Amino acid sequence: MLRRDLLRTGAAIGGAAALPSFAIAQPAQNRVLKMVPQANLTSLDPVWTTANITRNHGHMIYDTLYGLDAQFRPQPQMAAGHVSEDGGRRIIITLRDGLKFHDGTPVLAKDAVASVSRWMKRNPFGQKLASLTDSLTALDDKRLQFNLKRPFPLLFAALGQVSNSPAFIMPERLASTDAFTQIREAVGSGPFRFKADEYNSGSMVVYTRNADYVPVSTGTPSLTAGPKIVNFDRVEWHIITDAATAAAAIQTGEIDWYEQPPPEIQQLLRRNRNVKIEAIDPLPLTGILRFNHLHAPFNNKKMRQAMLPAISQSDFMQAIVGTDPANFNAATGFFTPGTPMANDAAMAALTGPRSIDRAKALMQEAGYANESMRLIGPTDILAPSAMTQVGADLVRRMGFNADIVLTDWGTTVQRRTSREPVSAGGWSMLFTAFSSFDFANPAAHFPLRGNGAGAWFGWPSIPKLEELRDAWFEAPDVAAEQRLGREMQEVAMDELPYIPVGAYLSLTALRSNLSGRVPGLALYWGIKRD
Amino acid sequence: MFAYIVRRVLATIPVMAIVALFVFSLLYIAPGDPAAVIAGDQATPDDVERIRASLGLDRPYLVRFGAWVWDIARGDLGVSIFTNLPVSTMIQQRIEPTLSLMIVTLILAITVAVPMGVVAAWRQGTTIDRAVMAFAVLGFSVPVFVVGYMLAYIFALELDWLPVQGYTPFSRGFWPWLQNLILPAIALGSVYIALIARITRATMLEVLQQDYIRTAKAKGLGQRAILFVHALKNAAVPIITIIGIGLAGLIGGAVVTESVFAIPGLGRLTVDAILRRDYPVIQGVVLLFSFVYVLVNLAIDLAYTLFDPRIRY
Repeated sequence: MLRRDLLRTGAAIGGAAALPSFAIAQPAQNRVLKMVPQANLTSLDPVWTTANITRNHGHMIYDTLYGLDAQFRPQPQMAAGHVSEDGGRRIIITLRDGLKFHDGTPVLAKDAVASVSRWMKRNPFGQKLASLTDSLTALDDKRLQFNLKRPFPLLFAALGQVSNSPAFIMPERLASTDAFTQIREAVGSGPFRFKADEYNSGSMVVYTRNADYVPVSTGTPSLTAGPKIVNFDRVEWHIITDAATAAAAIQTGEIDWYEQPPPEIQQLLRRNRNVKIEAIDPLPLTGILRFNHLHAPFNNKKMRQAMLPAISQSDFMQAIVGTDPANFNAATGFFTPGTPMANDAAMAALTGPRSIDRAKALMQEAGYANESMRLIGPTDILAPSAMTQVGADLVRRMGFNADIVLTDWGTTVQRRTSREPVSAGGWSMLFTAFSSFDFANPAAHFPLRGNGAGAWFGWPSIPKLEELRDAWFEAPDVAAEQRLGREMQEVAMDELPYIPVGAYLSLTALRSNLSGRVPGLALYWGIKRD
Repeated sequence: MFAYIVRRVLATIPVMAIVALFVFSLLYIAPGDPAAVIAGDQATPDDVERIRASLGLDRPYLVRFGAWVWDIARGDLGVSIFTNLPVSTMIQQRIEPTLSLMIVTLILAITVAVPMGVVAAWRQGTTIDRAVMAFAVLGFSVPVFVVGYMLAYIFALELDWLPVQGYTPFSRGFWPWLQNLILPAIALGSVYIALIARITRATMLEVLQQDYIRTAKAKGLGQRAILFVHALKNAAVPIITIIGIGLAGLIGGAVVTESVFAIPGLGRLTVDAILRRDYPVIQGVVLLFSFVYVLVNLAIDLAYTLFDPRIRY
């Protein structure tokens, strides 16, 4: 019996549950939200690691100067507002009243300066901001000032970045820690407090409502913008690694929310009227086929292009989310579908007729001489694993001299750091996936960069992409940004730093009596029990 | 006896040293990179390199091993690369669930398996004997996680008697503690019940052929006294041996059981640490397990003397 079959059986076990057995109806229990997060929380520092689970932890306990709404528009969050002087070269941000850290100290401008400075050392968007910043200083307790080399309209979008290490504000004493050293405390000013005394990594993470938190007074909750109104006194993350056990637990009411049930579990949970399945983010994640540009065969542009006719985005996406077309997008370019930057430039190469024979012919034209290539991928993480399996079949059918290396994630992420040729343990190709936020625009979109040795794993050197990216940061308006986005996609579709292999929705399972969830991420304000 | 115990305890030191060397070396050469895991999917290669350097993972083998041994010698198991928590704290957090699971499993296995084996031997060739042997085959053949899922289906979801997952500390009451352990203990114990029952039966069959058993019968002793006082005591040494081996094996079995029933024990801590290459935690837990194995073996050796007066140290 395959493990997946067994999981299905295990989940079917849960399907038989008719009544909640352990959801004891007590008022106190109604104020507790129990959820199974996507992964175990191992690190508490959202700058030190870019792990999504630590990002989600960050959104619980920290706040940001600006939030982003669902349309990716920055809105003041910790900031009361800002003034722009000297033609946009001097930006003064004023903190709103009532901000207080969980240790009781007030949030001051110097805390924001230290936090933003640390963040700018690690985050790609932050690094761009740092390159344009002459100085960042606290004018007084309430105001901080950016002195910019030139106007940077995306400043507030950068400060409101939602994913990949947002610019969370923490006390100066913590934020002054080196950006490559992990912070040991979790003290923020956000809507929840972290219960360090109940933290048991791998088992339980507990947050309590921050009674001192003052939500912004205007707007509506939208992604990380608007008032963060908390309706639970306590949120418990129960780390349950076994999908069938988690499925059974949500059906019995032992837990309220299962963040990332695998597809076969989703199908079974749909049959339970006490559980609802919905997209955690209305925007999809994007899967990519990443090439190693340093070595043969994919240091040859024509060899990369030869892959295009063989790529069927539907095949890759169905391997992840099943056959329901509502759950995936098979015409995905280099930007997240549904975002302003998404476009159809040069997309015919991926949406036209698919042909392995055509791909084989292009391989020969490209001069393929049976060089060995290595596809590396994990077996223990759903999306990359599924895409790797499809990709392995594809490269074999295309006639590559392929070495398929499937390992656990820990080994895959080590092997992909190797810049060696295949003969010395290197790699040629890998598959992975990125969140909608990561590919929403060029700022955080590092697989789309072409800065050679400084680029993300695969190290493509595509100067034109870098030029366009730099120009995008200077774009005066959305129309100009979109035009540059099209140009970037055209260049990318020709140079192929990677190939998009489709986009898919991440579905989540909640008890039916929960409502008000803010879409986008696993966020814990807004959500309430009816 | 005291001198023997002291000698055996002292003998654990070179054993632990060899284990330490082996574990450290194995992890050093094993693939995987905690810095890459920490950095996350969005990190650049430079980020990974800097994190590796900040964690000291770029230091030479001997330097790292020396530092680790020095810490161990001072009773410091180190700090988790990921959580920044002391390994000893993480083990402390996880030891109660695993210990509880092992105790309940062991009690269950012994109280069920030994009488089963004795009765099977006593009623050799009857339906009872065949039923016990059939159960034993089943216990060996069905994987622990399958038993776990089936138990959860019947007793948690269908009958609604017990919880599906989790662990409640003993400090919150005996019943809350026990109700989370019943299903995992049955799942984990099934293979040990089968093992102990088979060994008990086989050993008892041999003992029941001995002259002194015939003498006991001739003296008019009752069946219960013959079986449980005379025969079982003389059959105890192999049974204790197998219980000891089983106890050591429970640690491995707990890994699966803890995952299926979401029990936050040492088994899951070990698996999680291995998957993310949290070297200090892996090393600490393996050292602990090794120490437990050594102590269990010592306890078994000492237990022999209680049942067989001919054995003296």
